[in-house]
Amino acid sequence: MRHVETITIRGSDTEVNLVFHLAEQYMSTDSAVSISITGGGSGVGIAALLNGKTDVANSSRALTEQELALAKARGMTLVAHVFAADALVIIVHPSTGIESLTLEQLGRIYAGDIRDWAEVGGRPGTISLYGRQSNSGTFVYFREKVLKRDFSPALKQMNGTAQIVESVMRDPYGIGYVGLGYIVKADGSLRQGVRVVRLRADVRRPAVSPLNEEALRSGLYPLVRPLYQFTNGEPQGKIRAFFQFEASPMGQQIIVENGYLPPWPEMLAADAELASLKTINFYSDSQ
Amino acid sequence: MKGRRFYWNWFFERSLAVSGVLSIAILVGIFLLLLNNSWRAFERLSVASFFSLAPWNPAAYDTPSYGVGALLIGTALTTSGAIAIAAPLGIGTAFFLSEIAPAQLRNLLKPFIELTAAVPSVVMGFAGIVLVGPFLARLFGLPNGLNALNGAILLAFMSLPTIVSVAEEAVQAVPKAYKEASYALGANRWETLIQVTLPACYSGLLAAIMLGMGRAIGETMTVLMATGNATAIPQGFFSSVRTITATVAIEMGEVATGTTHYYALFACALVLFIITLIINIAAERVAAQWRKRGQ
Repeated sequence: MRHVETITIRGSDTEVNLVFHLAEQYMSTDSAVSISITGGGSGVGIAALLNGKTDVANSSRALTEQELALAKARGMTLVAHVFAADALVIIVHPSTGIESLTLEQLGRIYAGDIRDWAEVGGRPGTISLYGRQSNSGTFVYFREKVLKRDFSPALKQMNGTAQIVESVMRDPYGIGYVGLGYIVKADGSLRQGVRVVRLRADVRRPAVSPLNEEALRSGLYPLVRPLYQFTNGEPQGKIRAFFQFEASPMGQQIIVENGYLPPWPEMLAADAELASLKTINFYSDSQ
Repeated sequence: MKGRRFYWNWFFERSLAVSGVLSIAILVGIFLLLLNNSWRAFERLSVASFFSLAPWNPAAYDTPSYGVGALLIGTALTTSGAIAIAAPLGIGTAFFLSEIAPAQLRNLLKPFIELTAAVPSVVMGFAGIVLVGPFLARLFGLPNGLNALNGAILLAFMSLPTIVSVAEEAVQAVPKAYKEASYALGANRWETLIQVTLPACYSGLLAAIMLGMGRAIGETMTVLMATGNATAIPQGFFSSVRTITATVAIEMGEVATGTTHYYALFACALVLFIITLIINIAAERVAAQWRKRGQ
């Protein structure tokens, strides 16, 4: 019997479906490997990596100082691999009447300073905030990037991104944040029942939609983030091969089909600095 | 001569004794584990701040804060709401089953009610999101139904089987002679039910309610999915609430071992453990009292 190598991947719920599709395709080309993928949130994946319970941690956020210190204390060298980029989409119920928001307004809404839609030009009514739980990388990313302080305690903390979409669809005063992949279906059409809000980084910039790929690439849309896969030490063997597959044209096609973007050099360059980690880049290899 | 039977008896008696002792040992073990870990939480946090209405925000942007007040209110709201719904419904059902329903109907209904206990809690939570929540939102004109009332209704449904089966047992145990004496004095069925049977099995019904409460307070997945999990101090049944159980379940997976947050979650679990222990002991006491009186 042939030896089958098993790779375990845990973490980000934003990434779980995408990585599942990538792994499925990869396993069909290499029967000597079995990849198991579970979600739970970026925090869960990183904790599992630090506790030696997974080979790869999917994460939609960078590592925290605490996590880096813990890795150091345990003699681990975490290596980051950026395999895709995701735009965070702000969705509202169409009856709120909201078309666009500035990043600052968005932050004040989620911090609980702005409580009524009328204050930002919408139909009057108390805003219902939907978000994720603190184990979510999106929760942390959004807080770092948009709020820079704590979320309002009135935030309804949902179990998964799909639940946020469901709830905003039903709640006439609802607002939520989700990954682009949850709004764009595999055939390229949009999820019905929610409105995608156009964002402006500040009042002088134009309001841009995350559905505009050019705006994502140019950085005009303010909420674009890299999706990471962390390993302990440089990935070897089958893990390395899987990462290379993700960067291959076939892998990139799957990434695009799922509503995400393949990483581009400017974003990687901007981020390697941010993460201050050893990063590994397979894109230069494959091109 | 000692036969095979003797050894079999000896073997079974001993193994039953071992399993009895084992279950107590496990319970004590859990308690000690909780106590040991919670202790370290209280080395870092003051007891007063832990039980205060300070926000529960261990992953805060600036300074973490660990107040279980709002979470306790959340648990109290969902549980009390559940009991307020399930107690009259469950006891009414128990009376109907044992006193009014014909035997055939009873034999049909009882297994059905007990079967509801087998509905997985994720399924209940899902029903809360897609069925009960939107229904409540429409009924009360709320923007959404992810609130304490939603959780209470689902928990009521989940604690019904416990309440019905214990309450029905209590009603059944009322000696026939009581009812016969009542009928002989000219009381009708309703008068007998309310004035004779009910007082006679009162403590058994109380035990049923308490056991149902124990069931409701510890439920996790359903409330986690259906109540919105907002950590703000609840203003009532229409507020989103986060229960103690949901908090432990949500945060245990991401917490780094040995941190204040980690120990604080154990302290939450300890609080929950003590509450359920008290409820269960009280229920047992009440039930024991009723059994004694029944004889």
